[in-house]
Amino acid sequence: MSEAATLEHGEILGVEPAESPLTPESWGKLGMWSFLAGDAMSFGALLAAYGALRYSSAPAGPNAWPVPGHVLGIPMTAGMTFLLICSSVTMVRALSAIRHGDTTGLRNNLLLTVLGGLVFLGCQGYEWTKLMLEGVSVTGNPFGNPLFGTTFFVLTGFHGCHVFGGVVYLACICAQGMRGRYTATSNNPVEIVGLYWHFVDLVWILVFTFVYLL
Amino acid sequence: MTTHAEPNYNKIFWWLLALTIIEVGITYTGMPKVVTASLLISTALAKAALVALFFMHLRFESVTLGLIAVTPLVLCVFLLFMLMPDSNPFHRLETASPGNEAAAVE
Repeated sequence: MSEAATLEHGEILGVEPAESPLTPESWGKLGMWSFLAGDAMSFGALLAAYGALRYSSAPAGPNAWPVPGHVLGIPMTAGMTFLLICSSVTMVRALSAIRHGDTTGLRNNLLLTVLGGLVFLGCQGYEWTKLMLEGVSVTGNPFGNPLFGTTFFVLTGFHGCHVFGGVVYLACICAQGMRGRYTATSNNPVEIVGLYWHFVDLVWILVFTFVYLL
Repeated sequence: MTTHAEPNYNKIFWWLLALTIIEVGITYTGMPKVVTASLLISTALAKAALVALFFMHLRFESVTLGLIAVTPLVLCVFLLFMLMPDSNPFHRLETASPGNEAAAVE
Protein backbone atom coordinates (compact mmCIF):
# COMPACT_ATOMS: atom_id res chain seq x y z
CA MET A 1 0.00 0.00 0.00
CA SER A 2 1.40 3.40 -0.94
CA GLU A 3 2.09 6.21 1.46
CA ALA A 4 -0.62 8.19 -0.28
CA ALA A 5 -3.15 5.56 0.58
CA THR A 6 -2.65 5.78 4.33
CA LEU A 7 -3.30 8.44 6.91
CA GLU A 8 -0.99 9.15 9.80
CA HIS A 9 -3.18 6.88 11.89
CA GLY A 10 -2.94 4.05 9.41
CA GLU A 11 -6.52 4.43 8.22
CA ILE A 12 -7.09 3.65 4.56
CA LEU A 13 -7.64 6.82 2.58
CA GLY A 14 -10.11 7.43 -0.16
CA VAL A 15 -11.96 4.14 -0.05
CA GLU A 16 -15.42 5.32 -0.89
CA PRO A 17 -18.24 3.00 0.17
CA ALA A 18 -18.03 -0.42 -1.43
CA GLU A 19 -20.77 -0.15 -4.01
CA SER A 20 -20.26 -3.23 -6.08
CA PRO A 21 -18.65 -6.60 -5.52
CA LEU A 22 -17.28 -6.34 -9.07
CA THR A 23 -15.37 -3.11 -8.47
CA PRO A 24 -15.20 -2.29 -4.78
CA GLU A 25 -14.20 1.27 -5.67
CA SER A 26 -17.32 2.63 -7.34
CA TRP A 27 -20.13 2.05 -9.82
CA GLY A 28 -18.73 4.93 -11.85
CA LYS A 29 -15.50 3.11 -12.52
CA LEU A 30 -17.31 -0.09 -13.45
CA GLY A 31 -19.57 1.95 -15.72
CA MET A 32 -16.64 3.64 -17.45
CA TRP A 33 -14.85 0.33 -18.00
CA SER A 34 -18.03 -1.19 -19.47
CA PHE A 35 -18.44 1.81 -21.77
CA LEU A 36 -14.79 1.59 -22.84
CA ALA A 37 -15.18 -2.12 -23.60
CA GLY A 38 -18.11 -1.30 -25.90
CA ASP A 39 -16.24 1.59 -27.44
CA ALA A 40 -13.22 -0.64 -28.02
CA MET A 41 -15.50 -2.91 -30.06
CA SER A 42 -16.54 0.07 -32.21
CA PHE A 43 -12.91 0.93 -32.92
CA GLY A 44 -12.09 -2.76 -33.37
CA ALA A 45 -14.86 -3.10 -35.96
CA LEU A 46 -13.66 -0.01 -37.83
CA LEU A 47 -10.04 -1.19 -37.81
CA ALA A 48 -11.05 -4.70 -38.90
CA ALA A 49 -13.13 -3.25 -41.76
CA TYR A 50 -10.15 -1.07 -42.71
CA GLY A 51 -7.88 -4.13 -42.80
CA ALA A 52 -10.38 -6.21 -44.80
CA LEU A 53 -10.94 -3.48 -47.40
CA ARG A 54 -7.25 -2.75 -47.75
CA TYR A 55 -6.25 -6.40 -47.94
CA SER A 56 -8.77 -7.15 -50.68
CA SER A 57 -8.00 -4.06 -52.77
CA ALA A 58 -6.32 -4.35 -56.15
CA PRO A 59 -2.54 -4.94 -55.90
CA ALA A 60 -1.72 -2.45 -58.67
CA GLY A 61 -3.39 -0.02 -61.05
CA PRO A 62 -5.59 3.03 -60.50
CA ASN A 63 -7.56 1.30 -57.74
CA ALA A 64 -4.54 0.17 -55.73
CA TRP A 65 -4.34 1.14 -52.07
CA PRO A 66 -1.86 4.03 -51.75
CA VAL A 67 1.17 3.68 -49.47
CA PRO A 68 0.04 5.71 -46.42
CA GLY A 69 3.51 7.21 -45.93
CA HIS A 70 3.35 8.72 -49.45
CA VAL A 71 0.02 10.48 -48.82
CA LEU A 72 -0.08 11.14 -45.08
CA GLY A 73 2.41 13.18 -43.07
CA ILE A 74 4.14 10.64 -40.83
CA PRO A 75 6.44 13.09 -38.94
CA MET A 76 3.52 15.30 -37.92
CA THR A 77 1.35 12.39 -36.81
CA ALA A 78 4.31 10.93 -34.89
CA GLY A 79 4.40 14.31 -33.13
CA MET A 80 0.64 14.02 -32.47
CA THR A 81 1.25 10.58 -30.93
CA PHE A 82 3.96 12.06 -28.73
CA LEU A 83 1.55 14.82 -27.72
CA LEU A 84 -1.14 12.33 -26.64
CA ILE A 85 1.43 10.31 -24.66
CA CYS A 86 2.50 13.54 -22.90
CA SER A 87 -1.15 14.36 -22.16
CA SER A 88 -1.60 10.91 -20.64
CA VAL A 89 1.36 11.60 -18.36
CA THR A 90 -0.13 14.94 -17.25
CA MET A 91 -3.42 13.11 -16.62
CA VAL A 92 -1.84 10.54 -14.27
CA ARG A 93 0.04 13.38 -12.57
CA ALA A 94 -3.27 15.20 -12.03
CA LEU A 95 -4.70 12.11 -10.33
CA SER A 96 -1.54 11.62 -8.31
CA ALA A 97 -1.65 15.29 -7.24
CA ILE A 98 -5.22 15.19 -5.95
CA ARG A 99 -4.56 11.90 -4.15
CA HIS A 100 -1.91 13.83 -2.25
CA GLY A 101 -4.39 16.65 -1.65
CA ASP A 102 -2.66 19.02 -4.10
CA THR A 103 -5.52 20.89 -5.81
CA THR A 104 -3.13 23.26 -7.63
CA GLY A 105 -1.30 20.29 -9.12
CA LEU A 106 -4.66 18.82 -10.16
CA ARG A 107 -5.71 22.06 -11.88
CA ASN A 108 -2.37 22.63 -13.65
CA ASN A 109 -2.04 19.07 -14.91
CA LEU A 110 -5.66 18.92 -16.07
CA LEU A 111 -5.22 22.21 -17.93
CA LEU A 112 -2.09 20.83 -19.60
CA THR A 113 -4.04 17.71 -20.58
CA VAL A 114 -6.82 19.85 -22.08
CA LEU A 115 -4.19 21.88 -23.94
CA GLY A 116 -2.64 18.67 -25.32
CA GLY A 117 -6.05 17.57 -26.58
CA LEU A 118 -6.74 20.94 -28.21
CA VAL A 119 -3.34 21.01 -29.97
CA PHE A 120 -3.98 17.44 -31.16
CA LEU A 121 -7.34 18.50 -32.62
CA GLY A 122 -5.66 21.51 -34.27
CA CYS A 123 -3.07 19.25 -35.90
CA GLN A 124 -5.82 16.91 -37.08
CA GLY A 125 -7.75 19.84 -38.52
CA TYR A 126 -4.61 20.94 -40.41
CA GLU A 127 -4.04 17.40 -41.73
CA TRP A 128 -7.66 17.03 -42.87
CA THR A 129 -7.62 20.43 -44.60
CA LYS A 130 -4.36 19.59 -46.41
CA LEU A 131 -5.73 16.24 -47.61
CA MET A 132 -9.04 17.75 -48.72
CA LEU A 133 -7.20 20.44 -50.70
CA GLU A 134 -5.28 17.62 -52.40
CA GLY A 135 -8.62 16.06 -53.40
CA VAL A 136 -8.93 13.28 -50.83
CA SER A 137 -12.50 13.00 -49.52
CA VAL A 138 -14.89 10.47 -48.01
CA THR A 139 -15.89 9.41 -51.52
CA GLY A 140 -12.74 10.02 -53.55
CA ASN A 141 -8.99 9.72 -53.56
CA PRO A 142 -6.74 10.93 -56.40
CA PHE A 143 -3.90 8.70 -55.15
CA GLY A 144 -5.72 5.39 -55.76
CA ASN A 145 -8.51 3.42 -54.15
CA PRO A 146 -11.33 5.78 -53.02
CA LEU A 147 -11.93 3.57 -49.97
CA PHE A 148 -8.62 4.88 -48.63
CA GLY A 149 -10.27 8.28 -48.16
CA THR A 150 -13.45 6.75 -46.73
CA THR A 151 -11.69 4.62 -44.12
CA PHE A 152 -9.17 7.34 -43.25
CA PHE A 153 -11.77 10.03 -42.56
CA VAL A 154 -14.16 7.70 -40.74
CA LEU A 155 -11.46 6.24 -38.48
CA THR A 156 -9.61 9.46 -37.67
CA GLY A 157 -12.90 11.37 -37.47
CA PHE A 158 -14.37 8.89 -34.98
CA HIS A 159 -11.21 9.15 -32.91
CA GLY A 160 -11.20 12.96 -33.22
CA CYS A 161 -14.78 13.03 -31.87
CA HIS A 162 -13.54 11.07 -28.88
CA VAL A 163 -10.71 13.55 -28.34
CA PHE A 164 -13.16 16.45 -28.55
CA GLY A 165 -15.50 14.72 -26.09
CA GLY A 166 -12.53 14.07 -23.81
CA VAL A 167 -11.46 17.72 -23.90
CA VAL A 168 -14.98 18.83 -22.88
CA TYR A 169 -15.15 16.13 -20.18
CA LEU A 170 -11.70 17.11 -18.83
CA ALA A 171 -12.64 20.80 -18.85
CA CYS A 172 -15.75 20.02 -16.77
CA ILE A 173 -13.74 17.98 -14.26
CA CYS A 174 -11.09 20.73 -14.16
CA ALA A 175 -13.77 23.34 -13.44
CA GLN A 176 -15.15 21.17 -10.62
CA GLY A 177 -11.63 20.72 -9.28
CA MET A 178 -11.05 24.48 -9.27
CA ARG A 179 -14.20 24.85 -7.16
CA GLY A 180 -12.70 22.49 -4.60
CA ARG A 181 -14.99 19.57 -5.42
CA TYR A 182 -12.21 17.00 -5.11
CA THR A 183 -10.05 16.13 -2.14
CA ALA A 184 -7.43 13.55 -1.23
CA THR A 185 -10.20 11.26 0.02
CA SER A 186 -12.84 11.90 -2.66
CA ASN A 187 -11.57 12.03 -6.23
CA ASN A 188 -13.21 9.17 -8.07
CA PRO A 189 -14.39 11.32 -11.04
CA VAL A 190 -10.77 12.34 -11.70
CA GLU A 191 -9.75 8.70 -11.98
CA ILE A 192 -12.74 7.97 -14.24
CA VAL A 193 -12.00 10.84 -16.65
CA GLY A 194 -8.41 9.59 -16.66
CA LEU A 195 -9.56 6.14 -17.78
CA TYR A 196 -11.41 7.73 -20.70
CA TRP A 197 -8.43 9.89 -21.70
CA HIS A 198 -5.93 7.03 -21.55
CA PHE A 199 -8.29 4.95 -23.68
CA VAL A 200 -8.29 7.71 -26.32
CA ASP A 201 -4.47 7.63 -26.21
CA LEU A 202 -4.43 3.82 -26.46
CA VAL A 203 -6.73 3.82 -29.49
CA TRP A 204 -4.61 6.46 -31.23
CA ILE A 205 -1.53 4.27 -30.75
CA LEU A 206 -3.33 1.54 -32.73
CA VAL A 207 -4.78 3.93 -35.34
CA PHE A 208 -1.33 5.49 -35.87
CA THR A 209 0.22 2.07 -36.48
CA PHE A 210 -2.50 0.56 -38.68
CA VAL A 211 -3.53 3.62 -40.71
CA TYR A 212 -0.30 5.63 -40.95
CA LEU A 213 2.66 3.27 -40.57
CA LEU A 214 1.61 -0.10 -42.01
CA MET B 1 -9.80 4.61 -5.32
CA THR B 2 -7.34 1.81 -5.75
CA THR B 3 -4.79 1.41 -3.01
CA HIS B 4 -1.55 0.39 -4.67
CA ALA B 5 1.97 1.68 -5.03
CA GLU B 6 2.16 4.41 -7.66
CA PRO B 7 3.98 3.22 -10.78
CA ASN B 8 6.98 5.18 -12.08
CA TYR B 9 5.12 7.21 -14.71
CA ASN B 10 8.28 8.83 -16.05
CA LYS B 11 9.71 5.41 -16.82
CA ILE B 12 6.50 4.44 -18.69
CA PHE B 13 6.67 7.73 -20.62
CA TRP B 14 10.25 7.08 -21.77
CA TRP B 15 9.33 3.54 -22.81
CA LEU B 16 6.38 4.81 -24.82
CA LEU B 17 8.54 7.48 -26.45
CA ALA B 18 11.30 4.99 -27.28
CA LEU B 19 8.80 2.52 -28.77
CA THR B 20 7.22 5.31 -30.87
CA ILE B 21 10.65 6.29 -32.24
CA ILE B 22 11.44 2.63 -32.97
CA GLU B 23 8.09 2.27 -34.72
CA VAL B 24 8.67 5.26 -37.00
CA GLY B 25 12.26 4.07 -37.58
CA ILE B 26 11.03 0.61 -38.67
CA THR B 27 9.03 2.15 -41.52
CA TYR B 28 12.22 3.65 -43.00
CA THR B 29 14.34 0.46 -42.83
CA GLY B 30 12.95 -1.09 -46.03
CA MET B 31 12.60 -4.56 -44.51
CA PRO B 32 10.24 -7.10 -46.12
CA LYS B 33 6.59 -6.17 -45.67
CA VAL B 34 5.77 -9.17 -43.45
CA VAL B 35 8.67 -8.39 -41.10
CA THR B 36 7.77 -4.68 -40.96
CA ALA B 37 4.10 -5.46 -40.27
CA SER B 38 4.96 -8.00 -37.53
CA LEU B 39 7.35 -5.60 -35.82
CA LEU B 40 4.95 -2.65 -36.04
CA ILE B 41 1.98 -4.62 -34.70
CA SER B 42 4.11 -6.04 -31.84
CA THR B 43 5.39 -2.57 -30.92
CA ALA B 44 1.88 -1.07 -31.04
CA LEU B 45 0.49 -3.84 -28.83
CA ALA B 46 3.35 -3.35 -26.37
CA LYS B 47 2.59 0.39 -26.20
CA ALA B 48 -1.14 -0.25 -25.78
CA ALA B 49 -0.38 -2.75 -23.00
CA LEU B 50 1.82 -0.21 -21.20
CA VAL B 51 -0.95 2.41 -21.31
CA ALA B 52 -3.62 -0.06 -20.12
CA LEU B 53 -1.54 -1.71 -17.40
CA PHE B 54 0.07 1.35 -15.84
CA PHE B 55 -1.75 4.55 -16.90
CA MET B 56 -5.18 2.87 -16.61
CA HIS B 57 -3.94 0.94 -13.56
CA LEU B 58 -5.21 -2.38 -14.92
CA ARG B 59 -2.10 -4.02 -13.46
CA PHE B 60 -3.45 -3.23 -9.98
CA GLU B 61 -7.17 -3.78 -10.55
CA SER B 62 -9.46 -6.69 -9.78
CA VAL B 63 -9.69 -9.68 -12.11
CA THR B 64 -13.23 -8.58 -13.05
CA LEU B 65 -12.02 -5.33 -14.60
CA GLY B 66 -9.25 -7.24 -16.37
CA LEU B 67 -11.86 -9.57 -17.90
CA ILE B 68 -13.99 -6.60 -18.99
CA ALA B 69 -10.92 -5.08 -20.66
CA VAL B 70 -9.84 -8.30 -22.41
CA THR B 71 -13.32 -9.19 -23.74
CA PRO B 72 -13.30 -6.73 -26.68
CA LEU B 73 -9.81 -7.89 -27.62
CA VAL B 74 -11.02 -11.50 -27.89
CA LEU B 75 -14.14 -10.43 -29.81
CA CYS B 76 -12.01 -8.38 -32.24
CA VAL B 77 -9.90 -11.47 -32.99
CA PHE B 78 -13.14 -13.36 -33.78
CA LEU B 79 -14.21 -10.43 -35.94
CA LEU B 80 -10.99 -10.64 -37.95
CA PHE B 81 -11.61 -14.34 -38.62
CA MET B 82 -15.22 -13.61 -39.59
CA LEU B 83 -14.07 -11.00 -42.11
CA MET B 84 -11.42 -13.27 -43.61
CA PRO B 85 -13.65 -14.80 -46.33
CA ASP B 86 -14.38 -11.29 -47.64
CA SER B 87 -10.84 -10.02 -47.35
CA ASN B 88 -9.07 -13.02 -48.80
CA PRO B 89 -6.69 -12.00 -51.61
CA PHE B 90 -7.28 -15.45 -53.18
CA HIS B 91 -10.81 -14.29 -53.82
CA ARG B 92 -9.26 -11.40 -55.73
CA LEU B 93 -7.09 -13.82 -57.73
CA GLU B 94 -10.08 -16.01 -58.51
CA THR B 95 -11.97 -13.04 -59.90
CA ALA B 96 -8.92 -12.26 -62.03
CA SER B 97 -9.67 -15.21 -64.32
CA PRO B 98 -9.41 -14.55 -68.10
CA GLY B 99 -12.21 -12.35 -69.32
CA ASN B 100 -12.89 -10.98 -65.83
CA GLU B 101 -10.03 -8.51 -65.37
CA ALA B 102 -12.39 -5.63 -64.68
CA ALA B 103 -13.81 -7.45 -61.65
CA ALA B 104 -10.30 -8.08 -60.36
CA VAL B 105 -9.48 -4.35 -60.47
CA GLU B 106 -12.68 -3.49 -58.64
